[in-house]
Amino acid sequence: MARSTVHDDALLEDVADFNHAVLAFVDTEGYPLNVAADFTVDKARQVIRLAKPSGPASPASGSNVNVTFSHIRPQPGVGYDQRRYISIWGRIEVAGDSLELTPRRTHGWDEDRLSFFELCERSVPVAHEYMRKLSTERGEEVKPQLSLGWLIFLATRVPFLTATIVPVLLGAVVARSHGFSAWWLTVLSLLGGCLIHLALNVTNDVSDASSGADQANVNPTMFSGGSRMIQYGLVSLSAMKRAAVGLYAAGIAIGLYLAFTRGWELLWIGAAGVFLSIFYSAPPFKLVHRGVGEICVALGFGPIMVLGTYFVVAQRLSFEAFYASLPVALLIMLVLYVNQIPDRPSDEKAGKRTIVVRLGKEAIVKGYAVSVVASYLLIVFGALNGIMPAWTLLGLVTAPIAMQVYRALDPNYNNPYALMSAMGKNIMVHFGTGMLLVLGYVLAVIF
Amino acid sequence: MTVLPKDVEELLQAALVAELTVIDSHGQPVTYPLIPLYDGTHIFMHSSVLFSKKLEHIKKNPRVSVTITDPVAAPVEPFRRATIQGDARVIEDDLHSGWEKTILPLWVEKEPMIAKLVKQRFAMPLFWERAVIQIVPRRVFVWQDGRTQSEPRVLDIDSAA
Repeated sequence: MARSTVHDDALLEDVADFNHAVLAFVDTEGYPLNVAADFTVDKARQVIRLAKPSGPASPASGSNVNVTFSHIRPQPGVGYDQRRYISIWGRIEVAGDSLELTPRRTHGWDEDRLSFFELCERSVPVAHEYMRKLSTERGEEVKPQLSLGWLIFLATRVPFLTATIVPVLLGAVVARSHGFSAWWLTVLSLLGGCLIHLALNVTNDVSDASSGADQANVNPTMFSGGSRMIQYGLVSLSAMKRAAVGLYAAGIAIGLYLAFTRGWELLWIGAAGVFLSIFYSAPPFKLVHRGVGEICVALGFGPIMVLGTYFVVAQRLSFEAFYASLPVALLIMLVLYVNQIPDRPSDEKAGKRTIVVRLGKEAIVKGYAVSVVASYLLIVFGALNGIMPAWTLLGLVTAPIAMQVYRALDPNYNNPYALMSAMGKNIMVHFGTGMLLVLGYVLAVIF
Repeated sequence: MTVLPKDVEELLQAALVAELTVIDSHGQPVTYPLIPLYDGTHIFMHSSVLFSKKLEHIKKNPRVSVTITDPVAAPVEPFRRATIQGDARVIEDDLHSGWEKTILPLWVEKEPMIAKLVKQRFAMPLFWERAVIQIVPRRVFVWQDGRTQSEPRVLDIDSAA
């Protein structure tokens, strides 16, 4: 049974808020019988007094009954709100025209105390137990299903590929501004980068499932808490491991081809990227557990991808490409940073000591402000000093969204679902700023 | 041909919330608020595997009772209350989509938004793995004025049909 939200010390006060009770008992023929009853609360005697239903619908004195108080308000076209119920078990005693219930055991749910999404997450073991028993009854495995397309999409977390698209395109346009162009190699770099990124996502899920971090997380959101494919029983741990190996193999094969055709210097950049990607969460290093996950992500989705793509296209390295990668690196680091805020209780429980786990709320919120301001200052400094084209100042357009994220962090720090909007906007800050830098370079080439 | 009296059918068709009581393995009643559906012969309720304890109780003891009590969640004029005792069967052959064939049209009739939400089942995959509870009504209690302290009209379903 999922966690109850009933506060037994305030049971009678809470019950008094309901309009009527539903009295349920087992009748003389062995059927349950449930019936509405008006009620009053006698706090002095700690009993609930129910108006006695008429003859056949009334239990005998001394019966064990269940009394449920339910308040669910249908909202046509929307669903339901104000959902709450309290169920009480106890013995009933007839007292004249009344029935008196002395509560012995309670259970209930109030969505104001436990969100529906968290209730569902906390109930996942109930679903597994039910399907396990059903599998035994049928003699074949019963498991939840999703179409293969959705499984692949969700298990690899495809939407997060914006983190790869931005630096690869940025590396390619910086190279173009230097007179180098090779669109097919850019596409190949993008494909290789995406495969490594998807492999990283899957590896992270495998590691978090193995450490227990994702199981312990009862507040996952669309931006945090992993793909949940393993926890929901949709994909096995071994299948996820095979997927990670396959994705890494394909990504590394592309990297080796590019190194072979464009220059072996690329091997070092690629090897650094793959190393950070695998050991971000995998043993023996588990870098994210050591509080350096943010730095790994900044390096991997910043300088490594931008310089890697630049090298593939231009067959040399460039300080400008390195510099242009810095604001993007900071902003992708902040994506991870904010997305880890709701995960911190489960991360801490699993020994995943991220920066967000290590520092307090005030430091984390300040850290966001400092980092986001630094990323915009890098753009301004680069553009004003001729390191990057003036058009890249377009990247500043996203600053108001970053401000909205900053303002949302403090009030929603402990509410994962309320924080979701800020997490989404924070991803927009990275993607928007990165793509505006790309646009700035394109405009600089044209004009 | 329908099996329940017209006034109870009307209540079932209007109700967005009813209370289902089942008997647990200790012989104690347990009550769950659920949406009732009715096809003219059976009352249907359904449950996600996430909240499947009730299914296990019913599989061990199929005797159940459904009551409609809330004037806001079951808006009929004049308001009345009813309790229907019956025998339940859990239909769990195909948790993924079996329920869509059995009860989705009835559910969508009451809650049109469900059709849209089912298409987004990837967002909550376990929530949409569901079993159906099919209830054959045996006895009905009707409180015509909604006051359960007054004597109910009691109908055994064979005679009501």
